[in-house]
Amino acid sequence: MGSDTLFYLFGAIAIGASLAVIGQRNPIYSVLLLIASFGALSGLYILLDAPFVAVIQIIVYAGAIMVLFLFVVMLLNAPHEETEYDERVHPLLRSGPTRFGVALAVALMVELWWALTKGRETGGFPEGSVSSVAAIGRSLFTDYSFQFEVTSVLILVAMVGAVVLARREPRRPRSPGNQ
Amino acid sequence: MLLSAALFIIGVIGVMVRRNIIIIFMSIELILNAVNINLVAFSAQLQNNVGQVFAIFVVAVAAAEAAVGLGIILAFYRNKETVNIDEMNLMKW
Repeated sequence: MGSDTLFYLFGAIAIGASLAVIGQRNPIYSVLLLIASFGALSGLYILLDAPFVAVIQIIVYAGAIMVLFLFVVMLLNAPHEETEYDERVHPLLRSGPTRFGVALAVALMVELWWALTKGRETGGFPEGSVSSVAAIGRSLFTDYSFQFEVTSVLILVAMVGAVVLARREPRRPRSPGNQ
Repeated sequence: MLLSAALFIIGVIGVMVRRNIIIIFMSIELILNAVNINLVAFSAQLQNNVGQVFAIFVVAVAAAEAAVGLGIILAFYRNKETVNIDEMNLMKW
């Protein structure tokens, strides 16, 4: 299977899954389809000779951000916009999430296997390649160290902000006149 | 490039069309990913790893944005019991 075929395959998966994401009534399906889309995108990154970004994509997006989304969707417990159909009529849809999760896991396994074997065929990524992890790390910590630190501060601020926003409103304190 | 543009357009359509704010956030993630594809593609084209470094920064910023946005959604839902943006008129004059 050539690179072009794989490119079109991953591109088709990404576009199809993205279209399905915004077409879904149920946000939980949307989250799962978005994970599929991100998996296809990470395959595209590997094709573009950027394995580090592909791994970051899987770990950060599919691992962290999507778990966050899923958590909020389930916590809010209001997953449906107005649906035109009764879901109990479709027994096929009921076991949908389980089967979809299996399909995602299989896709991830195939992708990882393909990435690993591709690396083995070419004897790993060459030492001086622009996309090697060492080169990325070097430029990240030398040329872009200031931006890197600013990003860390940004993430700290975002974390504190999210905690403050999502915190329950504390008991209203007594007014100072009463004390 | 075409793929990236298509993803970007899908994201924008999602932002415009849907009423559920969680779906809108997912569309924003799609837009950021379209930008990432462009960055990595140019990085591969020009044999220059600046694009990949920027892509990593974009991922970090997207994570921060998602955390804050979902915090806002949680706080809002606790007050109004809805995720429908048509009912979000708190700041309307």
